[in-house]
Amino acid sequence: MSQKKSFQGLILTLQEFWAAQGCVILQPYDMEVGAGTFHPATTLRALGPKPWKAAYVQPSRRPKDGRYGENPNRLQHYYQFQVILKPNPPNLQELYLASLDAIGVDLKLHDIRFVEDDWESPTLGAWGLGWECWCDGMEVSQFTYFQQVAGFECAPVAGELTYGLERLAMYVQGVENVYDLDFNGAEGADRITYGDVFLQAEQEYSRHNFEAADTAMLFRQFTDAEAACRSYLDAGAPAAETERHRMAQPAYDQCIKASHVFNLLDARGVISVTERQSYILRVRELAKACGAAWLRTAAGGA
Amino acid sequence: MPDLLLELRSEEIPARMQRRAAEDLKKLVTDALVERGFLYEGAKAFSTPRRLALHIAGLPARGEAVREERRGPRVGAPEAAIQGFLKGAGLASLDEAQRITDPKKGEFYLAVIERPGRETLDVLAELLPEIIKSFPWPKAMRWGAASAQPGALRWVRPLQSIVATFGPETETPEVVPFAVGGITAGTVTYGHRFLAPGPIEVRRFDDYIQALERAKVILDADRRKDVILHDARDLAFARGLDLVEDEGLLEEVAGLVEWPVVLMGSFDAAFLDIPAEAIRATIRANQKCFVLRKSVSEELAPAFILVSNLVASDGGQAITAGNERVVRARLSDAKFFWETDKAIRLEDRLPKLDAIVFHEKLGTQGERIARIAALAQELAPLVGADPALAERAARLAKADLVTEMVGEFPELQGLMGRKYAALQGEHPSVCAAIEEHYKPVGPSDRVPSDPVSIAVALADKLDTLVGFWAIDEKPTGSKDPYALRRAALGVVRYVLDGLRLNLTSNFDPHFELVDKAIVATQIANAPPGAHAFAHGIGRVDWGGRLVNLKSLDLLAFFADRLKVYLRDQGARHDLVDAVFALPGQDDLLLIVSRVGALQKFLETEDGKNLLAGVKRASNILRIEEKKDGRAYDAAPDSALAASGEPAERALAEALAGAAATASQAIASEDFAGAMRALSTLRAPVDAFFQDVTVNAPDPKLRENRLLLLNALRAATRAVADFSKIEG
Repeated sequence: MSQKKSFQGLILTLQEFWAAQGCVILQPYDMEVGAGTFHPATTLRALGPKPWKAAYVQPSRRPKDGRYGENPNRLQHYYQFQVILKPNPPNLQELYLASLDAIGVDLKLHDIRFVEDDWESPTLGAWGLGWECWCDGMEVSQFTYFQQVAGFECAPVAGELTYGLERLAMYVQGVENVYDLDFNGAEGADRITYGDVFLQAEQEYSRHNFEAADTAMLFRQFTDAEAACRSYLDAGAPAAETERHRMAQPAYDQCIKASHVFNLLDARGVISVTERQSYILRVRELAKACGAAWLRTAAGGA
Repeated sequence: MPDLLLELRSEEIPARMQRRAAEDLKKLVTDALVERGFLYEGAKAFSTPRRLALHIAGLPARGEAVREERRGPRVGAPEAAIQGFLKGAGLASLDEAQRITDPKKGEFYLAVIERPGRETLDVLAELLPEIIKSFPWPKAMRWGAASAQPGALRWVRPLQSIVATFGPETETPEVVPFAVGGITAGTVTYGHRFLAPGPIEVRRFDDYIQALERAKVILDADRRKDVILHDARDLAFARGLDLVEDEGLLEEVAGLVEWPVVLMGSFDAAFLDIPAEAIRATIRANQKCFVLRKSVSEELAPAFILVSNLVASDGGQAITAGNERVVRARLSDAKFFWETDKAIRLEDRLPKLDAIVFHEKLGTQGERIARIAALAQELAPLVGADPALAERAARLAKADLVTEMVGEFPELQGLMGRKYAALQGEHPSVCAAIEEHYKPVGPSDRVPSDPVSIAVALADKLDTLVGFWAIDEKPTGSKDPYALRRAALGVVRYVLDGLRLNLTSNFDPHFELVDKAIVATQIANAPPGAHAFAHGIGRVDWGGRLVNLKSLDLLAFFADRLKVYLRDQGARHDLVDAVFALPGQDDLLLIVSRVGALQKFLETEDGKNLLAGVKRASNILRIEEKKDGRAYDAAPDSALAASGEPAERALAEALAGAAATASQAIASEDFAGAMRALSTLRAPVDAFFQDVTVNAPDPKLRENRLLLLNALRAATRAVADFSKIEG
């Protein structure tokens, strides 16, 4: 296995590719999130008039998708490679295809298709139009033109690319089970697989997500995060029309936290169908309030 | 005559929107041209994943000149009127107007306005950008730097280029001069994204479509469909297999490729344990591939057809292998669902349905199932089904909604339930009913014949209708979110297949059952301390029975559905009204045979004349009853009639005989016999109206003659309310 085709090689290639397109290469956000979109570098930076180009890996947690390490495709913790370009350049599709070429997908051999997929995040109050990108019938990325985030129209529109790194790597390496992925491209005793790194974690977190997570604590944490988000927004609120908001990002952290806690409660099966909707709405209200605050900051264009 | 070529090239358009968009483009442009007086010889629109194209042939190079005469005010009219005339006609002064003399009214001003025909090119440059800006996409978006500005162009996905040329065949056409959203119309397009990505210079439609074909783009979606279908059939045939054809999938796939390349992949035959429908659903929905079956067999083959968009340098090996991998993963999931589902008996799934809300006012799925089971059990003897089997089938009918397989593929509801029921050894009729109780799903779908299926299907549909009627969620106009019209039409079709049901007798107790559920749901959802209010049920006397008002309203809905159905079958809707107008009519089958006999009768001379006579009698009665302020509804005095004029006597005798025969025939449901009995009245009725003066000077005689007419009306009312019949 060449270094380039290894899991980490894939990440390195994508970083290099997008760095060459003028993106700042960021590191994962240091909080638990459900998708790369939650990173403030996407959610908040997609708002406001200022241009922005960034790329980063984001570990993503979907507590409900845990399968105790027994399913070859499903994980409760996986990686997304996220690219955001605001405004989207006119050749974003071509750039995306070039990035596939860079990671070793030969476009003369493989059938790449853009298949309708309208993206919506009810918790973030966000939606956009775009596609699932298929490689020989497999979805390997999502491609979205953000139209609205946190309830605000995106002006200008940002283009967002999300690569499912495990899937892409499985494809590039020709592997059927995610745990068999070659992680580091080394030989012999130095060879590390995805399973070496994550199998035990998948087993432990599946137990935690479905069986052990302390629901009383989580309910408290949800309420606490919601209250903290509101109080930070109040504390940082501008005193006058001409002033800026001073604490949009710490407030948004609490919104992220509430969202993740909700996902855990959902995995534990303690939220009924009707309650579910109201929790989603509560998180969306936080996201909207944070978005509004961000638009009153310097980076938000105020 | 010159042609227009228009191409709007964008990033990938969702497959489901392409055909409609092409048609919209054609309609919008041709309508706008016709509206401005530009007629054309022909127009055709095309779509691919990356472009909409329009060709309009035979447009004039310029519009026709317009000459308009506008009559103004009288010479010497007030200044304001003159100024208004000059302004309206666009004249600078009265010197530009003519004077005409009207022999009656004197001298008038006349403006002759002449407008030369406009250049078609200019008109196109004016209307095309407007059409593009307001194009009716189901969902449109903004993009790029321009999206920072309000009012930025919206398109289904980013619009990349516009080709717009106009000119005659023999000359180089001109570019239609316009720009929209920062894109200037020109003559350059691009070929296939991967196979021929370079720019192409085009002039007019003929060379455009050929150039695209060289650049690996088949412009016409129907041609792409043909290519896919033929290549797929050939590939299948070569392996001794048959393509399972699927028009919906074919249409979608043709919207995903500009240059279809058909390939065949295979999967492990061990997956064929999974029900064929589930394999097909998996491969179709997730992979947009076609399944294959063994030749002259219903059995699926372990192979599939995929349609790629690429002529690959390895002949498609890598593409096929990639698709096989994904199909394998998907089928592994399906197999997992199938195995997991089989491990749980259907009745053990029922508690889950207790937790699923069917409708916020009507309670849970579990409660609904209990109601359907009770109703199915009651209906069973009426349709010749075993009540225990009907109850069992109804209990299990919705259990597959919480299986993994139906969760993944909702379109397999019923069918999977049937499979799981068969595996757990249920009675064959129970298995059949689990699948068939959803039928008929459309006008061409058949009605099942197993009595158990019929009992469950009726119970399911009647519960739905009664439920939504109870909470006043009836269809309005084009809005019918719960498909209640379809449910009622379904019941109509079952009944007309030969079922005798008094609908209101079934509605009434079920309304009570549903009302209990509504109250229980209200109490369950009410905040502490709130009061729940029982649904009051108003009852009315209807043909001698007390009937729930909502039952009658629902019956009227059935009457409407029946009318629609019978009208489609060629029956007259006024006859349906005439029969429904009689009280106590809720047996649809009887109503239909009554309508049939009535229609036949009214086609005869006797029928037509009798109808005319009855209408005349009704009119006279209406007028006289109004005049006298009383009803003439007593029985006529036969002795008095016997002593009257011969025609009067004859009618009284004929009426007594015919009424008795007709009501006897009705009692034994012999409607043709009843009509025959009534037809004997024709001659006496005609003679009566010819010879007898109803409004006789002797009040006694007059009253008795009116009562005779009423007896005629009453006799015919045994079969229908003749006053509702047209003609």
